[in-house]
Amino acid sequence: MNSARNLIAVAVMAGSLAATAAWAETAPDDVKFEDGAVAMSVSGNAGDAKAGAGVFKNKKLGNCLACHANSDMKNELFHGEVGPALDGVADRYSVDQLRAIVANSKEVFGDQTVMPGFYTLKVGKNPAKEFAGKTILSAQDVEDVVAYLATLKE
Amino acid sequence: MKKSILNGVMGGVVAALVSSAAWAEPVDDELVIDGDIKMVVRTKAPEGHPFDEIRSGWQYRTKETRALEVDSFNNPGMLRVEEGEGIWNTADGTEGKSCADCHGDASESMKEVAAHYPKWDAQSNRPINIELMINKCRTERMGAEAYEFDKGGQKSLTAYIKHQALGTPVSIDLTQGDMQSWWEKGKEEYYTRTGQLNLSCSNCHEDNAGNYIRADHLSMGQVNGFPVYRLKQADLVSLHNRFRGCIRDTRAEQPKAFSDELMALEVYVTWRGTGLSVETPAVRN
Ligand code: HEC
Ligand code: HEC
Ligand code: HEC
Repeated sequence: MNSARNLIAVAVMAGSLAATAAWAETAPDDVKFEDGAVAMSVSGNAGDAKAGAGVFKNKKLGNCLACHANSDMKNELFHGEVGPALDGVADRYSVDQLRAIVANSKEVFGDQTVMPGFYTLKVGKNPAKEFAGKTILSAQDVEDVVAYLATLKE
Repeated sequence: MKKSILNGVMGGVVAALVSSAAWAEPVDDELVIDGDIKMVVRTKAPEGHPFDEIRSGWQYRTKETRALEVDSFNNPGMLRVEEGEGIWNTADGTEGKSCADCHGDASESMKEVAAHYPKWDAQSNRPINIELMINKCRTERMGAEAYEFDKGGQKSLTAYIKHQALGTPVSIDLTQGDMQSWWEKGKEEYYTRTGQLNLSCSNCHEDNAGNYIRADHLSMGQVNGFPVYRLKQADLVSLHNRFRGCIRDTRAEQPKAFSDELMALEVYVTWRGTGLSVETPAVRN
């Protein structure tokens, strides 16, 4: 009787794990920041630098160019200057540090930073309905952008 | 970065971009309208202000955009001011009265008036701005309907009245009624981060005034030119519309026009521009 109950419990657990595959992707609230770095891929998969370049310039996704100049994208008009130029950023930070900066820059630079957190639910007051409870980027977008940033070496 | 962009493929366009970025600071040009009206576009900030010196948004715009404000004949917003003059003189409502029937010549009766708005309105027990003052006269004295936000003649009539204060330095009286507590509320809003992007007014207009955010040269977010003529919209844009647009850009819910939130913000942000000349209708991109 006892062992039958355990068997059922195990079966239920295995079933829900398989159904959601939640163990691969890390939910925004579960991302572990340690010493300004996030050690594991938040999507569970490797990033694709080419897709990441798209996320970087897309105004509806990263819109990173709004605030950062980036010589690698010199064909794009209008580079902002709210944050530092990202030329050679991979020489300054490790991949794990870049992942932390993109996922939630506040964990790295402090609460005062102007840079938005792209994979966090800790956002400002009154988020618009269509964005409430959502992150700016998906877990895979984050990995893609990080893979792209990792190519910016001088 | 500048060097590599200069070597880039886009030639002239990019070169122009780089040169504007190199002078990202606002220009120090003076603004004299029609060779006659000397505008204060840069002045000492009022006490308690985060900056030592404040500047009009005019100094952050391109040479071409700035030029449109120098000569009222070239200012595309002046057509809408003339439209406002037409409304001023036209009877409306059950009383069959026009604004002019009671207020006469606006260049006399409304001279400098708008430089001192928002004011305290004891009747409604909250601050009142020009748009709401127009609605008050329409409903209480003319037997006409209140204008809906940005509809009817609201923008052009507001621009006409504010234009009568052209050149007058902005100064509002915070000692009236509860103005001071509305100022406090507006200040708190100004520094509160909103929306999914988690940004406050101060993040852009205080921390980054003078910097480019993508194609936009960030100014101090002053209100002295409103309603402004925006080249992008090819139309007058009201102040609460601008506030709502900036809040929307942080991906936050937008408060309603004339709500307590936006009236408090208007009181506070108007104070932040104390001493700058009223520029209505200013030209912006
Ligand atoms: C609203 C403006 C803004 C946006 C949008 C923005 N950033 Fe930032 N970013 C900043 C600021 C400001 C800093 C400087 C951090 C600080 O000290 O506060 C920064 C810093 C960084 C750094 C560290 C650079 C260094 O050399 O120290 C990286 C990497 C970075 N951002 C990547 C990105 C990426 C990738 C995106 C798009 C997904 C992005 N940022 C979008 C404002 C922004
Ligand atoms: C029947 C007479 C009457 C008409 C018509 C009228 N007003 Fe008024 N208006 C007043 C009176 C009286 C006051 C001052 C008392 C008050 O504040 O309510 C006033 C005040 C104002 C003020 C504030 C002036 C200040 O010094 O602060 C403005 C602005 C104004 N009116 C605009 C208008 C406009 C625009 C119209 C036409 C749409 C209009 N009024 C129509 C009687 C009128
Ligand atoms: C993400 C950055 C950003 C934020 C946050 C922001 N604004 Fe703006 N705002 C802009 C840009 C860009 C412009 C157009 C260029 C300029 O004048 O700065 C602008 C323009 C303005 C103007 C018109 C200035 C003029 O001279 O015509 C006002 C007023 C203004 N903002 C007020 C606010 C207020 C109040 C808030 C907070 C509720 C706010 N802004 C938040 C980016 C921002």
